[in-house]
Amino acid sequence: MDISSDGRVVKGVNFVDLIDAGDPVEAAKEYNRMGADEIVFLDIAATHEGRKNIVDVIERTAEEAFIPVTVGGGLRSVEDIRTVLNAGADKVSLNSAAVRDKSLIGAAADKFGSQCVVVAIDTKRIDGAFHVVVNGGRIDTGLDALTWALEAERLGAGEILLTSMDADGTKNGFDIEITKIISEAVHIPVIASGGCGKLEDFSEVFQKTEASAALVASLFHFGILTVPQVKEYLRAEKIPVREENSLLI
Amino acid sequence: MKIAVVDYGAGNLKSVSKALCYIGEDVCVTSQKDQIRNCGAVVLPGVGAFPDAVRSLKRAELFDFLKEEADNKPFLGICLGMQLLFETGLEFETCEGLGLIPGTVEKLSFSAGLKIPHMGWNSLEYQNKCPLTEGLSGGEYVYFVHSYGAKTAPENIVAVSDYGQPITAAVCRGHVFGTQFHPEKSGETGLKMLKNFCDYGRHAG
Repeated sequence: MDISSDGRVVKGVNFVDLIDAGDPVEAAKEYNRMGADEIVFLDIAATHEGRKNIVDVIERTAEEAFIPVTVGGGLRSVEDIRTVLNAGADKVSLNSAAVRDKSLIGAAADKFGSQCVVVAIDTKRIDGAFHVVVNGGRIDTGLDALTWALEAERLGAGEILLTSMDADGTKNGFDIEITKIISEAVHIPVIASGGCGKLEDFSEVFQKTEASAALVASLFHFGILTVPQVKEYLRAEKIPVREENSLLI
Repeated sequence: MKIAVVDYGAGNLKSVSKALCYIGEDVCVTSQKDQIRNCGAVVLPGVGAFPDAVRSLKRAELFDFLKEEADNKPFLGICLGMQLLFETGLEFETCEGLGLIPGTVEKLSFSAGLKIPHMGWNSLEYQNKCPLTEGLSGGEYVYFVHSYGAKTAPENIVAVSDYGQPITAAVCRGHVFGTQFHPEKSGETGLKMLKNFCDYGRHAG
């Protein structure tokens, strides 16, 4: 879920046109209930005011949703990371800050363990190569996405959240090419993100790449697909998914 | 019955106490001996390294105290909290644990294609009957994050998970329980196990 500076869920189509998609805590509770395996909050404004709001969102979510929560957006220091972990996040996602200051990955991993350090890589095809882009895709770092993924792993990242900026918002499916390249090269889990528009897109990414998980936002936010629907479909396709036995207590 | 959640600076302290509150338990998050003494059951959370946690418990003068508490009331260790129940930890250095359950805590061995830490959802296979798993039938998914695992006699093992090797997922010896996974992050299954522990505590008391 992308969270705006006033603490609401938004989803940009290609990260530009933002549409309000509701209250994040209510949404998190609903996703927990429906059997989502993890929740990711991204503070897209990453302002001072936004930080306070996201801390509030994490704290309230931790009271009512009992699945792992990852938080990213504007985390620039070990102190920033500590703040969101203390609020109840299980993992942090580092993006531009890690590109600017690579030592942040190692510092965070040393302090809190690799298991809670997710490095988010936004990538875009530029002149036939996959580059790392930052600032919501507006700045091309010139870095090769695979090189950066391998370096992030070496520096202590525990997971990679890979978003294809070309695919994001298109609903034409995950970017299989870059997801395959990176997920086969690294030895840490890769979460595929961007472009999912239908059930078949989920099976395609799991069958054709080594991605461990798929991240979906607007498709779920707007009820085009539901979590149980996706899991039922994947189960039928013989792709292992967590079963949630609901209403035990 | 009040449940003590032992506060010695562990990372998942809040999540554990919030999960217990959510299922309607009366929770006391504390590092005070008299408060722990007044509770009917004790939960020991934990995230991080074994020797650090032992040092923190000793610094807070809780190490020997918790051993005594575990003698006379239901006790649940979660993740590193479970590992601390054993006699010896081998993370970085050989380190004495609480010794409530015979066994050691060792680095998971590498197996082909599988990553360490063992991180994510994995399903449970039950080995021995235990109050913790009351009402559960096996195959439930729970959430793991760990690089070390407990080695103990089969009779102490409640549940295992398959991760290229059998992982000790839950243990029980008398009224001392432990889960390597995080029940506070394992959806309904995890909440059910926390509830089972508390129900057992009420029944035992």
